Amino acid sequence: MIARGVIVATAMLAATISVRAEDRPLKIGWLMSYTGPGAAAGAASDAAIDVFFKTFGKSVAGRKIEIIKRDTTGPAPDVARRLAQELIVGEKVDFLAGMDYTPNTMAVAPLSTSAKVPLLIVNSATSGILAKHPFAVRFGFTTAEMAQQLAAYASKQKFKSVYTFVHEYEPGLDAEAMFIREFKSAGGAVAGSVRAPLKATDFSAYIQRIKDANPDAVFVFMAAGELPPIFLRQFKEAGLDPAKIIGIGDITDEASLPVAGDAALGVVTAFHYTQTHDSEANKEFARAFKSVAPDRPLNFLPVVAYDVLRAIRQVVEAQEGELNPDRTMELLKQIKFESPRGPISIDPATREIVQTVYFRKVEKRDGQIVNVEFASTPDVKDPGSAR
Amino acid sequence: MLGFVNILLGGIAYGFVLFLMAGGLSITLGLMGFANMAHAALAMVGGYTAALLIGKAGWPFFAAVVMAGLTAAATGAILERLLFRRLYQASELEQVLLTIGVVYVAIAAATYLAGPEQMAIGVPAWLDGNLSLGPVDLNRYRLFLIVSGLVLLLSLVRLIEHTTFGAKIRAAVFNRRMTASCGIDVDKLYALAFALGSALAGIGGALSVNLLGLDPNFPIKFLTELLIVVSVGGLGSLRGTFLAAMLFGVIDVVGKYLLPEIGAFIIYATALALLTMRPQGLVGRPR
Repeated sequence: MIARGVIVATAMLAATISVRAEDRPLKIGWLMSYTGPGAAAGAASDAAIDVFFKTFGKSVAGRKIEIIKRDTTGPAPDVARRLAQELIVGEKVDFLAGMDYTPNTMAVAPLSTSAKVPLLIVNSATSGILAKHPFAVRFGFTTAEMAQQLAAYASKQKFKSVYTFVHEYEPGLDAEAMFIREFKSAGGAVAGSVRAPLKATDFSAYIQRIKDANPDAVFVFMAAGELPPIFLRQFKEAGLDPAKIIGIGDITDEASLPVAGDAALGVVTAFHYTQTHDSEANKEFARAFKSVAPDRPLNFLPVVAYDVLRAIRQVVEAQEGELNPDRTMELLKQIKFESPRGPISIDPATREIVQTVYFRKVEKRDGQIVNVEFASTPDVKDPGSAR
Repeated sequence: MLGFVNILLGGIAYGFVLFLMAGGLSITLGLMGFANMAHAALAMVGGYTAALLIGKAGWPFFAAVVMAGLTAAATGAILERLLFRRLYQASELEQVLLTIGVVYVAIAAATYLAGPEQMAIGVPAWLDGNLSLGPVDLNRYRLFLIVSGLVLLLSLVRLIEHTTFGAKIRAAVFNRRMTASCGIDVDKLYALAFALGSALAGIGGALSVNLLGLDPNFPIKFLTELLIVVSVGGLGSLRGTFLAAMLFGVIDVVGKYLLPEIGAFIIYATALALLTMRPQGLVGRPR
């Protein structure tokens, strides 16, 4: 009798859940560049979405997960704003996620905050973009935190003079300012600084300036993509030693490393994710990633995108599918789990990620050119901008 | 001083890369007067052909470069037959609109077929590394580009200015109806010339990948540079295109070296000044 009651009740419950899952999908608006200069980010996040569905299934707390992808077409704040508006008002999304270029994020963040739709940022690396937008959370990294770590590393290596070379846009200026401030306060000297426009494809002039200054090391930040390998090749061609380069991980990101080839050997970088990171979570992720995207290079982008989706899943589960935006933000601030990159959490005060920063050196292993971790700093937070 | 010699050489090498890519454009845009914005897209076709043949099929470098030229020529010829030939008599604006459309289609197609990441190209070992000439280190691949550029320049000048084919093209551009009434098949001539320009684009694209990288946005990235080179040089003059490419390369690199803060704008300022003073370009004849 009781058993029958339980069965009936369970059946009824199952029926309501299945009805609800069909009725009220959990909508995630995914804003990323699928075309234009940052198209690789879109493709990489697609693979992450596939891994996520494969690992956790397509529903959470009885709600079917629906990811609505929108193409922000590269650095185009007006496009990003329009798409976010449409996702919030038209699609009534529960979450906004993705985001690559800082200008796009700056255009979307105010909308997310006024509509109380949490925004989970995958990869905008400029400091200070969260301050005015209480509904934004960053899961990637900031160039300022990496530059701070590298300045400490440079003074530990007893480098007396360092030359800085950055791409001339917000995250690059952040990186340059932070490195110079930290390195100088540790007693180092900056041999010179040069910034390259994002459009430049020939770096011989900048490299010659570096050569003239003859520094102990060169601090480099460039936007991940097709340009770092070209820079590295030209650096080596100019007769300079790539091992003199200390940079932010974008320049030896696993998607472009094979293109740089031997010209990257010896380059030291600080970054949050390394493909060869030795942990069970990373091995598992790499396996799953290979099964959904065998031809795609595994770099930091899919890892962060996957973490973002996991975080969303956690906060929806904790509220049993009944979402309240303020509660969601509270829960996001408490996020803490083991990511393929290592342990991550969110700093409740700033909504910035807290993570381990790894120092890696480019080496050749079994004929493959890879980043190999050799040191790390745990629990690194964004130090804010030095500008 | 030595640094400056290096910079100068770097600039000249960059100029040669631009010339290798712009050589074909000086035929289609300069000589035929067709506003071909899709030229860099054809260069990209060549780049991808070579990169994929070397990377995936294990072709030798030079065979792949030749194939890149042929593939780009075929692509150019097909585009010319299907689309471009209808617009030879149309206004520049219409030509620009159509060819820019082709550029966007090319970007989407490359993203779809080869993925959005950048492609590497394998070059033979003897083109890799540096050649030490006394105190100056010369990059072998850049030297090779300089040699290829000179070969291209000489053969093109010969072809356009010293053969009947060249004479026919120049005649057709100058007065199409008159040339046709002399019994010359202008339609076929244009198709040939366009295929030739596209072949050069493909070869230039394949040769420049090692220096400039290759990804689906290639056609947009280098469009401005190529247009500046061809127009500053003077429409219809190969020598002008060559001079302008050298000038562009050297000014760009030297400017960025001496004044890195404004280095990126120097070249545009120079182009503006030159075209204001000589609208017909360095060597162009007023039209």
